[in-house]
Amino acid sequence: MCAASVEQPSQQSFDIEQFLAAEESKGLLRLTTAGSVDDGKSTLIGRLLHDAKGAYEDQLKSAVRAGQIDFSLLTDGLRAEREQGITIDVAYRYFATIKRKFILADTPGHEQYTRNMATGASTAELAIILLDAHRGLTTQSRRHAFIATMLGIPNFVMAVNKMDLVGYDQEVFNRIRAEFEPFLERIGTKNYYFLPLSALKGDNVVDRGSHMPWFDGPCLLEYLETVDAADNMIQAPFRMPVQRVVRPDQNFRGYAGQIASGTIRPGDQVQALPSGRRSKVKRVVTFDGDLEMAHAPMSVTLTLADEIDISRGDMISSGIPPHSARIFDATMVWFDAHPLDPAHDYLVKHTSHTVPARVDGVRHLINVATLESEPATSLAMNEIGVVRIATAKPLFFDPYQGNRVTGSFILIDRKTNHTAGAGMILAEAEGSLEDAADRLVRLVRAAVPEGSRLNLPSDDAQAMEVVRGLLKGVLR
Amino acid sequence: MSRLSHLQALEAESIHIIREVASEFQRPVMLYSIGKDSSVMVRLAQKAFYPGPIPFPLLHVDTTYKFKEMIEFRDKFAAELGVKLIVHSNTSALQAGANPFRLGTERCCGLLKTQSLLDALRAGSYDAAFGGARRDEEKSRAKERIFSFRDSLGQWDPKNQRPELWNIFNGRVEPGESIRVFPLSNWTEMDVWQYIHVENIPIVPLYFAKDRQVLVRGNSLIVPEQDFVKPQLGDKLETVRCRMRSLGCSPCTGAVRSDADTLPKIIAELVAVRNSERENRVIDHDREGSMELKKREGYF
Repeated sequence: MCAASVEQPSQQSFDIEQFLAAEESKGLLRLTTAGSVDDGKSTLIGRLLHDAKGAYEDQLKSAVRAGQIDFSLLTDGLRAEREQGITIDVAYRYFATIKRKFILADTPGHEQYTRNMATGASTAELAIILLDAHRGLTTQSRRHAFIATMLGIPNFVMAVNKMDLVGYDQEVFNRIRAEFEPFLERIGTKNYYFLPLSALKGDNVVDRGSHMPWFDGPCLLEYLETVDAADNMIQAPFRMPVQRVVRPDQNFRGYAGQIASGTIRPGDQVQALPSGRRSKVKRVVTFDGDLEMAHAPMSVTLTLADEIDISRGDMISSGIPPHSARIFDATMVWFDAHPLDPAHDYLVKHTSHTVPARVDGVRHLINVATLESEPATSLAMNEIGVVRIATAKPLFFDPYQGNRVTGSFILIDRKTNHTAGAGMILAEAEGSLEDAADRLVRLVRAAVPEGSRLNLPSDDAQAMEVVRGLLKGVLR
Repeated sequence: MSRLSHLQALEAESIHIIREVASEFQRPVMLYSIGKDSSVMVRLAQKAFYPGPIPFPLLHVDTTYKFKEMIEFRDKFAAELGVKLIVHSNTSALQAGANPFRLGTERCCGLLKTQSLLDALRAGSYDAAFGGARRDEEKSRAKERIFSFRDSLGQWDPKNQRPELWNIFNGRVEPGESIRVFPLSNWTEMDVWQYIHVENIPIVPLYFAKDRQVLVRGNSLIVPEQDFVKPQLGDKLETVRCRMRSLGCSPCTGAVRSDADTLPKIIAELVAVRNSERENRVIDHDREGSMELKKREGYF
């Protein structure tokens, strides 16, 4: 047995109060899976749900074929899929152990469904990439790892499946790992764990099984339960996009939003964007009472010490101010059947802010098979490229790799209302004087107390010292 | 610094969704089915706008075949909350005698739930309707978006859903089109019960076990509240200690044998029982994929 904790307490010895107390501190892990058509992904998920008691008896009953459970039938949801025997859209699955609750975005791996993978990966903290021991590494495997890495997933399991078909041979596993690792290093994949398993036979999924004594790492479920998924967004500078102004009467004016990153306490200095006005947090209001401290990703309502004009789409921030730009570069995944068109009108929805936008050119297309940049003037469905976006008003953002909430946006086709593409912001466009000036002003405003003057000594070293001191106040 | 617990994380996500809808749509409405999921959804709406009031009405599509205790609970609940409650029934179908025994469950649901809902949404010109559905309930629901687009006929096209990434929702619609919004998408039955327990949320007493007179029909326990629910050959009228795992119309929602008369006992039962909660709903099993067909036509 692995140390995974799937056993359900028997009813006699079951102490509900103890159970509920334990449940209250149980964390949540969001994960996604990707694999090619025959990598056995449905079978793996089916087994995970079955063994971790995420599937119910009546659902199991309807998945029995020829007297045996066909695990893949547990996850095929739509009629069209059952007819074609493939998975055509992202499906969300839920299971839990004593230690964690899991939300699994089950995404199909066919080439034409890049968009589904991106969707599933966008909220995931961990990705399981299915590899086929029998077939070895494929272009699809690289594609999956690349897309998941691009979407900023911090943890990976490289599940080398179908070990039963290669006689549980350690050499096969080692060969695949040795071949894949340089690729993962090159694309910057973080924290990956290679795991040999057989979804069909159950080896190393929930139980260790007896076929691979040469492997002593944790099996899949144990790894999912214990992987360090600490949310580093709590340490990042405070950002809260304002969703709504709550104003029930003359005496209360609060700004409601979900904290994108960082922490906030009453008394903290904050800056409202785009106005740049500063104030102090007066209260952190919730239905359950005021809080002494709140952090990402809590949904709260802030009141400020000063009457300043803030509305939906604005951002409340502290510490280093976010970037502000009207023109910026982003990696885009294209979803729509209608290709990206620089002459077309789009809307950017970024946090709680929706603004008219156009595409100011495609810088290059990324060939997902070779990772080479290729010249392009457009992006077709399921293609990925780096584009320059120009918006009617400045966006306040952080680069995506540092903040998945304030660094992401969707592009909406104004004619059809379709979600045409999803973007991950790289940086503001170089050489934009307006943006540089805007950022400098915000930084100075954040660092220099209102009403006081900034006197820079003529000596550069001394000036640096003064500025460093000021910035320390911003960075805290 | 600690991470949020799973319930805190789900709560924060749901509040974000509810606020987005209230801010982006002209005329949102919250479907209120009186069940446990609705109770949780309404609590989340209270939290989303606190200290302000819930800025949209609740809508109950009443087939008139709901349990009497549900209706009593509904009226008391809405009054105490001070929220506007709209009740809509398909009166013409009811006057024509629509009931599940004469029409079969599929046609009855089609008229009294789906058609009635679409009529109510059209009558109110609602451009967004919150529903308490969860993705863990049924296979076709596992693929539904949180913001689920409906064409001008109220229909769902599962093959043509808008991609949904991060927590950015595309709620743009043309006049006549609408979005169904599911703030509890990522909650499981267990999460809902635990949240009700932790938050002390009032629910309909039918969820708690007590001795009830029921018609025993195979594995189904049917509460004979409606005149047309009569014993059939082989049925036995018995007093059984039982409760409802999900609430619907009394002729089509069976009770389950249970001793769980408190929330902790219900949760303990849930840990032990491995049957999914919709199994006692006659309607889902009409035919393979029946929920998906209903949803395509506009059912919640």
